[in-house]
Amino acid sequence: MSSFLRQIFAIALKDIRIELRSPIRLFGVFFFALGLVFMVAFAAGSTIRVLQQIAGGTLWLGILLTSSRALDQSFSIELDEGALEELVLWPVEPAAIFYGKAIANTMMLSIVAATLTPLVIAIFDAPALGSIAELAGFMLLGCAALAAPGTLLAALTSKAKGSSVLLPLLFFPLVVPALMAAARGTTVILEGDPMGQLNGWLAVLVAFNAIHWSVSGLLFRYVVEEL
Amino acid sequence: MKFHWEHIVGLLGLAVLVYGQYFGLFVVPPDSHMGDVARILFVHVPAAWNAFFVLTIGGVFALLYLLTGAKRFDHLLEGCLEVGTLLTFMLILQGSIFAKPTWGVWWTWDPRLVSSAVMLAIYVGVLVLRRTLNTDPTVRATLTSVAAVLASVTLPVNYFSVQIWRSMHQIQTAPTDIDSPLKMAWRINAIAFLLIAFWLVARRSRIAKARFEAMEAPPLPPAPTVEAS
Repeated sequence: MSSFLRQIFAIALKDIRIELRSPIRLFGVFFFALGLVFMVAFAAGSTIRVLQQIAGGTLWLGILLTSSRALDQSFSIELDEGALEELVLWPVEPAAIFYGKAIANTMMLSIVAATLTPLVIAIFDAPALGSIAELAGFMLLGCAALAAPGTLLAALTSKAKGSSVLLPLLFFPLVVPALMAAARGTTVILEGDPMGQLNGWLAVLVAFNAIHWSVSGLLFRYVVEEL
Repeated sequence: MKFHWEHIVGLLGLAVLVYGQYFGLFVVPPDSHMGDVARILFVHVPAAWNAFFVLTIGGVFALLYLLTGAKRFDHLLEGCLEVGTLLTFMLILQGSIFAKPTWGVWWTWDPRLVSSAVMLAIYVGVLVLRRTLNTDPTVRATLTSVAAVLASVTLPVNYFSVQIWRSMHQIQTAPTDIDSPLKMAWRINAIAFLLIAFWLVARRSRIAKARFEAMEAPPLPPAPTVEAS
């Protein structure tokens, strides 16, 4: 394994270990997402057909709001007591820091998504006609699409006043294409795909990931130099 | 008061705009299908073209700042971000006014409309980020440039949205698609918008430069000299 990949792996492992050592943060964001899912269900009423139609969108809204909280935390813990400064002083590529943190964030969001999805299917009585492999693939791609620009923007806004407000302001509009593709794709998987729409949404999600994982990786070194 | 050369460009732009509007309102005949309603296109289309142009140039300045560190690119970026955001707001507002008599609604969830609204929201976010970074101006310049490059990714998505997805909004118009008077009115007004945008970007860049210099730390005082006893 090359040195760059070893650095990415080490940083991802470090972040995952930090999260697992204090699982209260992960539980916190998960119950935040679950609360949102319940609120949407209460607001939408008890018509089963309506609930089935909005299941995919509600699931991704929950994951999006969770990601905003989780990403904000992923950098605030690094800024405490100058941890990031020490990390940068090690002979490690800035891009490796980015990819390590983005992979860790993808894993964390995937855990939340994997736990939330069966609950949403049950609460919204979604028919779940598609395969589990398709659903899992869409979940992973969607979480990766949120994590890549989100990690960069969390670093970018960490220096600004009111970063917890500023992060969603930049992050939410930027990930709209990914959110739409993930939500529509999930709905198609849950409700069946007689019109063959899934490949179109998959292409949007793959393209979004390809662009943002490469562009954000290139831009991260400019941000980390200023933190 | 010092006279800056960009005022000449601005005055020229205003003169061309007055002529372009006169030409569009009184010389060009009404559209055969939409009548006089279509005349709003003489401000909507130039605003859209120039919004894309100014924000694309802004993305180039952001990239140049990151690569070279030259302060002038940061000043020009601020001008482009502000003017581009204003033009994007104008095109959405004009588009909404045009949509009511033609589509029957002020707003619809069409891919072009959604991607334009997303583009506006992203650039407003970048401007807010810039205002809230009250740190060293070079740090602010770097972080704004990174955000602007990231925001530029949305420009091609918006531009090609009418071709990628099935949209109510028409696809890009080719010069062969429209009659000569209409084409002329579009071009005159587009040039007017471009000159005015250039003027505003230059003015805002000068203000950004002054603000940058005011934020920079004052130079250190000279070291005290020790006299030999």
